[in-house]
Amino acid sequence: MIRLVLPAALLATGFALAADIPANERRSGFDFMSSSTQQMQRDDTLNPAMLWVAEGEAQWSEAPAAAAKSCASCHGDAVGSMRGVAARYPAFDERRQKPVDLQQRINLCRETHQQQPALAAESRPLLGLAAYIGLQSRGLPVSPPQDARLQPARSRGAALFNTAMGQLNFSCAQCHNDNWGHRLAGSPIPQAHPTGYPIYRLEWQGMGSLQRRLRNCMTGVRAEPLPYGADELVELELYLNSRAAGMTVETPAVRP
Amino acid sequence: MVRALINCPKTAKKGEVIEIKTLISHVMETGYRPGADGKVVPRDILRRFTCRYAGQEVFSADLFPAVAANPFISFTTVATASGTLSFTWDGDNGFTQTETVAITVT
Repeated sequence: MIRLVLPAALLATGFALAADIPANERRSGFDFMSSSTQQMQRDDTLNPAMLWVAEGEAQWSEAPAAAAKSCASCHGDAVGSMRGVAARYPAFDERRQKPVDLQQRINLCRETHQQQPALAAESRPLLGLAAYIGLQSRGLPVSPPQDARLQPARSRGAALFNTAMGQLNFSCAQCHNDNWGHRLAGSPIPQAHPTGYPIYRLEWQGMGSLQRRLRNCMTGVRAEPLPYGADELVELELYLNSRAAGMTVETPAVRP
Repeated sequence: MVRALINCPKTAKKGEVIEIKTLISHVMETGYRPGADGKVVPRDILRRFTCRYAGQEVFSADLFPAVAANPFISFTTVATASGTLSFTWDGDNGFTQTETVAITVT
């Protein structure tokens, strides 16, 4: 198991270390939603995220430029080749010698194998591809790789999860470990398991990645959000995925 | 890229009530929201949805700024004869999109 590394500053403030949620009490954000929002996620004909999935599916077999290969020309039919892939990410990248998340992996593939410029963070085509690939893991357990090279980054992610930040001086753990199930203003506080990303969020009226959600929370505690693609965000994703290991992938999920 | 998803039975018995569900990608910008520069973002919404069955209008709806992005519209009609169902969305800035689906009625 992961040992939490707490920065000295946090210990000095006297916060008790938030206890991890026991495995049998873990609940997806889905369980905290209203029944109508749950219905929206359950029924693919109702789920607006399927629009992005349809776009991603079209992009999968379409060459991004005349001379470039399509995703399908290497990976074949995504239904078989991409099964379980999204459930493993973030994973260690040999070339970069650090963990990358699914969207960074898509962009690395674009740059190295398709010789195309990287897709912008949160752009429609990137979210579409991520949603389409994510869908191929729906129903499978979240399976973070047992790769020793990921361990230092995962520990840094765990430390960040427990670090108080922003003007409100809250850590992720204070809400999502200690106070899940309670309410923050009118909204229930979920346990922060990233099982359905990218998600269609009603508040956004659109699709967004886990990094967008993390940046949202940082703004919420009035901290300066980390930039898209920051190593710290990937480390946090890595930690969250190991925290949700074994839970069911719901991609593409709907959230309020 | 504008994309619409239509869920409609491919076959039906004559006289059967069929349920049709549609979903279209659209921002439905209300025209009331300020953008990052403080200026109001111009309105860009779908204004009308029409479903025609073998050329005859069987369902239509007016849409307004309060309708959420990526509107979902669901309705029922009676399967009368084999033919095509066409779905048209018209909106601001000359937006128009038509999708067709074939249905076999026995």
